[in-house]
Amino acid sequence: MSDTKSPLSPHLSIYRWPITMTLSILHRVTGVAMSVGLIVLGAWLMSAAAGAADYDRVASLLSSVIGRLMLIGFSFAFFLHLANGVRHLFWDVGYGFEKYQANASAWFVLLLASGMTAAFWTLL
Amino acid sequence: MVRAVVGEWNDGCVLDVAVKAGTRHFVAQRVTAILLVFLGLWFAGSIRGLDALAHGVVVAFVADPLNVFLLTLLTITLAYHSYLGVQVVIDDYVHAKGITVASHIASRLAHVLFALAAIYAIFRIGLGA
Repeated sequence: MSDTKSPLSPHLSIYRWPITMTLSILHRVTGVAMSVGLIVLGAWLMSAAAGAADYDRVASLLSSVIGRLMLIGFSFAFFLHLANGVRHLFWDVGYGFEKYQANASAWFVLLLASGMTAAFWTLL
Repeated sequence: MVRAVVGEWNDGCVLDVAVKAGTRHFVAQRVTAILLVFLGLWFAGSIRGLDALAHGVVVAFVADPLNVFLLTLLTITLAYHSYLGVQVVIDDYVHAKGITVASHIASRLAHVLFALAAIYAIFRIGLGA
């Protein structure tokens, strides 16, 4: 403890939040969000089976501003969980464990999910 | 291998079951994940463009026999994968044993209910009722 210039554990003053942590948290958050979202998927299918009148009521809810924001959120959650899930599958078979690889794949997953969400809602 | 190691210090009873259950959970989560990569992308591609999804269009899509099969498979896989995920989340954050058990039962019921409702809807449309 003679050299007080070097930072002491846990180095909170020089701590930099790693992107891999963000992805870990997002994977769980998007998973839980989609689990709740199954209610919407079930309601949508049930309304389609019930007939045009019921379906149109649900569809108009889903195409309201809040409905659209929710669906955009679900689509991003889906693409992010999907892309990050594939990242996890690569880890499962032993690839991509180096720190630089994990950081790069984290950014790649974020960009890919954002791009897929944008494409989903804009491209024909 | 794992079974032998565990058996040495636990007579292969309780922990052996726990280890196997853990492996089953791990494998099931990955098998459903791989299925969902394909089924999920297929579904996302199919429903793209909410404005075009008029009732007649959706019913015609769901009524196709191949889509009845794929949507049913998607429903079961989604429900199972979601159940497995929620199970982990409950175990991570709920520590009181009674509430943990109750949460697992509630989650199981909710997922079974979702799957039954969705499959009922798919087949009702598929059979043209």
